[in-house]
Amino acid sequence: MSKTLTLNGQMISAREGESILDAAHDAGVSIPTLCHMNGVGDVGACRMCLVELAGSGKLVPACTTKISEGMEVNSDTPQLHEYRRMLVELIFSERNHVCAVCVANGNCELQDLAIYVGMDHVRYDYLYPAESIDVSHPMFGMDHNRCILCTRCVRTCDEIEGAHVWDITARGIKSHTITGLAEPWGEVNTCTNCGKCVMACPTGAIFKLGATVAEMEKDREKLAFLKNARERREWV
Amino acid sequence: MMANKVKLATVWLGGCSGCHMSFLDLDEWLFDLAQQVELVFSPIADVKIFPEGVDVALIEGAVANEDNFALVKRARACSKMIISFGDCAVTGNVTALRNILGPNNVEQVLQRAYHDVQNLQPQSPRFVVEDCATNTLHEIVPPLLPQVLPVHAVVPVDVYLPGCPPPAPRIRAVLTQLLAGNTPQMIGREMLKFG
Repeated sequence: MSKTLTLNGQMISAREGESILDAAHDAGVSIPTLCHMNGVGDVGACRMCLVELAGSGKLVPACTTKISEGMEVNSDTPQLHEYRRMLVELIFSERNHVCAVCVANGNCELQDLAIYVGMDHVRYDYLYPAESIDVSHPMFGMDHNRCILCTRCVRTCDEIEGAHVWDITARGIKSHTITGLAEPWGEVNTCTNCGKCVMACPTGAIFKLGATVAEMEKDREKLAFLKNARERREWV
Repeated sequence: MMANKVKLATVWLGGCSGCHMSFLDLDEWLFDLAQQVELVFSPIADVKIFPEGVDVALIEGAVANEDNFALVKRARACSKMIISFGDCAVTGNVTALRNILGPNNVEQVLQRAYHDVQNLQPQSPRFVVEDCATNTLHEIVPPLLPQVLPVHAVVPVDVYLPGCPPPAPRIRAVLTQLLAGNTPQMIGREMLKFG
């Protein structure tokens, strides 16, 4: 059933049950995202897709908020631009993101977002946490210095591969991605070595062993293809 | 004629000099630049003291030691405009990697650099030497700061010019806009990409 709502002053129609993000996409309006990835469910982890709802004045993530009849949504306001830039700066200050020596330099969604929001420097103090690097897996590595806790690896491994090797431990600033029961990745025997988490990771946190600066290119659309190929009968 | 030229300074703090190398990659445009600016202080000019009355100062590198700290303070006090030049100045970048070791990492860093990985004559840098002529003690190696800081954590910065190093066309775009009397527009991938 079709619903009508207003997006940035324009009337648009969307399917019932659709997210604001999908409705905007169908209407040709781009909303920046980071933890969202085609092929896996949305969790609203990064808040990059925050939009304003008229009336309540609330900021809600477009990816996890369903549209409703008569809803008035703004995705492009000075306040949202400022908040999105603050979010990107906070992500950069939280871990040790050093683009110059990163495997994902030039192929990084966080780096691209920094350009999109116009980040020319970070206004917050860097935290410089002492993070570890796990290279116990025979094919892949995990560098917690570059992890932004988007949980794309967690959702990909759970929803597409069905192995659920990845998860998040602890809360707030202590949150970390873990493999298995917080074991070294190489010792987790449920890992199928499929590499889908490597493709899903938006930064250089999960990488192929041996990749050096700017070598880690990722093919994220392949994950959506795997997820959708059967229902779209692309293998028949 | 000299009086009308823009007084340009370039400063090399805690960085690899790659930003200055990129500046020199401006090649023949440097002749055009030399028509419009007077280079009054730079690692590539033999001037010892940062002069007063500077119009624009490009600051490469992070603030990593006491010498860097004093120089960037002097540069700010003597310059109308300060540009954070390259990722080390803007973010701390590779120079700031030692900050991960915690707030008191200086001994650890010196031990690693001058002893652990040296197989010939490991020795710590001598911070103080005796000047035989005057029979006084001089500091020759500037002591490291406990933490490496981006330039804007020490002095106010007017323009941020990121990149490791900033590509020569990006440096040229910033200088061209400045010389035309405009505030540089740092927008888009060509002007803003870190790394």
